[in-house]
Amino acid sequence: MSAVHVSTKINGDDVEFVCRPDESLLDVLRDRLGMTGSKEGCGTGDCGSCSVTLDGRLVCSCLVMGAEVGGHEIGTIEGMAQGDKLHPLQQKFLEGAALQCGICTPGFLIAARALLERNMDPTETEVRYWLAGNLCRCTGYDKIVRAVMDTAKDMRKAAAKSSAKKPAAKKSPAKKTAKKGARHAA
Amino acid sequence: MLKVKLGGTLVNKAGGRTEFEVEGANIMQMLRNLGRTCPELEPMLKKGVSVAVDGQIYRDAMLQPLGPENEIILLPRMAGG
Amino acid sequence: MPLDANTPDLRTEFKSVGTRPNRPDGVDKVTGRARFGADFSAPGQLVGLVLRSPHAHARIKSIDTSAAEALPGVKAVITYKDIPEQEGCDKDVLVNIMARGTALYDGHAVAAVAATDAAVARKALKLIKVDYKVLKHVTDVDEAMKPSAPVLHPGRFEPVDYNSLETASHVSGKQETKTKTREGSNIAGRYVFGHGDVDKGFKQADIIVEHEFKTEATHQGYIEPHACVASVSSDGMAELWVCTQGPFMVRDVCASLLGMDVSRLRVTPSEIGGGFGGKTTVFIEPVALALSRKAGKPVKVVMSRSEVFRCTGPTSSASMWVKIGAKKDGTFVAADAVLKYQGGAFPGSPVEMGAMCAFACYDLRNVRIVGYDVVTNRPKQAAYRAPGAPMSAFAVEGVIGEIADKLGIDAIDIRLKNAAKEGTVSSYGPTFGPVGLVETLEAAKAHKNYKVKLGKNQGRGVASGFWFNFAGNTCVSINLNVDGTLALALGTVDIGGSRASMCLMAAEELGIAYDDVRAIIADTSSLGYNDISEGSRVTFSSGLATIKAVRDLKKRMCGRAAKIWGIPEDAVKWENGAAHPAGANAGGFDPLSIKEIAAQASATGGPLAGHYEINAEGAGPSFATHVCDVEVDPETGAMKVLRYLVVQDAGKAIHPSYVEGQYQGGAVQGIGWVLNEEYFYGKDGTLQNAGFLDYRIPVCSDVPMIDTVIVEVPNPGHPYGVRGVGETSIVPPLACVANAVSSAIGVRARTLPMSPPKVLAAIEGVAASKA
Ligand code: FES
Ligand code: FES
Repeated sequence: MSAVHVSTKINGDDVEFVCRPDESLLDVLRDRLGMTGSKEGCGTGDCGSCSVTLDGRLVCSCLVMGAEVGGHEIGTIEGMAQGDKLHPLQQKFLEGAALQCGICTPGFLIAARALLERNMDPTETEVRYWLAGNLCRCTGYDKIVRAVMDTAKDMRKAAAKSSAKKPAAKKSPAKKTAKKGARHAA
Repeated sequence: MLKVKLGGTLVNKAGGRTEFEVEGANIMQMLRNLGRTCPELEPMLKKGVSVAVDGQIYRDAMLQPLGPENEIILLPRMAGG
Repeated sequence: MPLDANTPDLRTEFKSVGTRPNRPDGVDKVTGRARFGADFSAPGQLVGLVLRSPHAHARIKSIDTSAAEALPGVKAVITYKDIPEQEGCDKDVLVNIMARGTALYDGHAVAAVAATDAAVARKALKLIKVDYKVLKHVTDVDEAMKPSAPVLHPGRFEPVDYNSLETASHVSGKQETKTKTREGSNIAGRYVFGHGDVDKGFKQADIIVEHEFKTEATHQGYIEPHACVASVSSDGMAELWVCTQGPFMVRDVCASLLGMDVSRLRVTPSEIGGGFGGKTTVFIEPVALALSRKAGKPVKVVMSRSEVFRCTGPTSSASMWVKIGAKKDGTFVAADAVLKYQGGAFPGSPVEMGAMCAFACYDLRNVRIVGYDVVTNRPKQAAYRAPGAPMSAFAVEGVIGEIADKLGIDAIDIRLKNAAKEGTVSSYGPTFGPVGLVETLEAAKAHKNYKVKLGKNQGRGVASGFWFNFAGNTCVSINLNVDGTLALALGTVDIGGSRASMCLMAAEELGIAYDDVRAIIADTSSLGYNDISEGSRVTFSSGLATIKAVRDLKKRMCGRAAKIWGIPEDAVKWENGAAHPAGANAGGFDPLSIKEIAAQASATGGPLAGHYEINAEGAGPSFATHVCDVEVDPETGAMKVLRYLVVQDAGKAIHPSYVEGQYQGGAVQGIGWVLNEEYFYGKDGTLQNAGFLDYRIPVCSDVPMIDTVIVEVPNPGHPYGVRGVGETSIVPPLACVANAVSSAIGVRARTLPMSPPKVLAAIEGVAASKA
């Protein structure tokens, strides 16, 4: 098997790598690029701890081939905070003790961000079904669901404030039309 | 004299006896004397036991002082998750 | 235990303790920066993979590794021959990490390779030729006890006279009396607990209920597979980076298995992605070290999920019989139980603890519990959260639920009537000190969930549970930095936020801000021996040691202040983060803050630090009461958990958010045990569901919010009253959900898991018997 050369964008940065055709995107991220924030809990698409976005779509990086991502845009946990400013979800997870061991946390954060980008006002049931592809063995999900709901509430408040200031520039949530995450479509 | 009760498997090893009277000022001495009184228990004691003193479980504190007023119960060694 | 003279033994007023600050490792964990087991790498490392038996039971006639060794890129191939038996090592652990002559379960390690990359290593595994002679196998506990069962360890366990088993009608194989004198049996141990006269007790009963119960093995299900990097140098110096609950245990066990001096092996624990007891032993660690030793290079071994299921320890499966007698008013007069737990291919199932916990919630004059430890062709069980207790509680609390129903007594009232309290002689022997079961029952009864009106096909269940809690060896040291902040070094791995709790206790004790203390988990060369993070012992033991280490430091800082002021040491006291003259007579000095003392440390005698080493004792038991509402769909048998309440005694909650987290996480693991989780073996004895798709742990949409109430009945053994909280929460859910189902549809499920087909069959059975 000869290696493949791939040019892609990860968290907004241009990245080049070589990999074997049988390597998953998760293998590439972790073993070739040293981005170990995405975790491998199963390698078979069942746990969600490897969640990343591919062109805004939520996917399990263990089910995507590394060789396939050329020309696409990948978003990982390493790109979630802006500089030293945590994403509101990260902040809420921290404050709300929504992690115990923390191995599932990157996956939940990526998945939750994908949800809130589509729906800033999810019901508890919507949150629970959206996150059903992410396993957590420590928390019983209670504090995770609360953290996501609380973040959504804060984001709605912030959006209402900014739209009250300049009603003309009302921003609709990004990627509203993006397709539903691959693993949720099944 | 200390009154020592046995729990669990220890009873079988001691030929069905559930209570012993032995000398000893702490757990280590008590266990040593118990082993002498009842050699059948020796292997279990060597393997390790837990000792409940007045309801408090000790797994390793061999120097814990004991007196005749204490309720002393030997239990199998415990492990947790 | 007495604490130092000028501090109260039991603190009851708190500034930091009981607040909910962000945890010190939090930002790293939400940004992906935290390094877990598989996130470590060493320069030039090889990839290690393990070849595992595809058979449940087989004699290994030969292993030919020559083709694998010849493959370019392969740097080492090992079998049991590369790990010769050392004197004094734990033989069962040795055999479990690498089969010696016989493969005892599907997934048992047989050989291992280290190669330049994963692809080469995989290819090498395929080139290893193992010649097996498949043997008869047994995976069910009742079957394994029968005289006709294949014996796993011929000659090791005494032969059994099957007629003499007092379990009479309850042990399968009653009619088979043949004893195998030569081979022995699969019964590794028989344990008896209790007191009083059970037969006499039952004579006083107005009602007696007895049933048989079965639970399947469940896996701890931590999301992080086992992982480690081992590096052994040619001079024998070795390093191991590993995700484990017990780095010191890993060091000592690996050293003993491999014949190394303990001082040569330094183990650094990574962040740990869940353990729940499953990471309290070794699997791949000694194998990685042996590979590295042979290859002369660092070797990284990471388990796949299917390896985690097939070869690390799930808990036991259990077959049980429970009988309880009660008076009309609900008073229990006698209780009897037989518990049979299989612990996989080696002795050591947690049946003793299951037996001790079974009736621990109740004040019983006449009680007897007999437990059997049985070996089968399954992976060696490992501790799983309150090992052994959830199964026996499932049976006992189920019978109690039925008695309450039959007598028309409220489920909480009947428990209140019989609840163990201070002074009760526990069913396993010792007399209880102050314990909080009654308080949890009362709080559950007063909770709004207990008053919600139920609809059609809905039902409510109640169950209580107990866990001992452990203490053990603990070393802590605390260093005062030049700016007055502190570095706290702990030796107990942080599984669920314990560093935050330790910082809170240190800050409380010093009277300084939480943020001024930074806690780290030290490697095995930096601190004295610490026991494993297990048995709900961390917040209790490391907390106790942290408080005492801080008191040691305070004493030294007061000594410094005394020198600076030129007054006697005992004329100085510590208050609100500063040294003060103890009274008017001591002199009119301005207090010296911790920052001022730190700044002058070098000039006044050198660095300041405190430390404490203890084999802690005095962990108080923790009781819990759970209440659950379910709705069952009579058409499909599917059930939905509508509401779930956990009430548990924490003694004192240091960081309430993480206490709640333990309650919630334990409850949901228990719910999984009832609803879906099970080890499913095929006819050939191989595991059929070694993945998260088929071994289904609860997902977010399976459960509701988990309501919690923290009861605080202080533990006199800890200066702040702390009790361990990690394990009790998994004890009641099995029975709690089962009792709710029975109240919803009138079907008592006594076999877990209660998957929809089973529930449906039970519903149809009831309907048929009515028709
Ligand atoms: S590792 Fe990708 S879903 Fe589990
Ligand atoms: S916090 Fe441990 S798995 Fe989610």
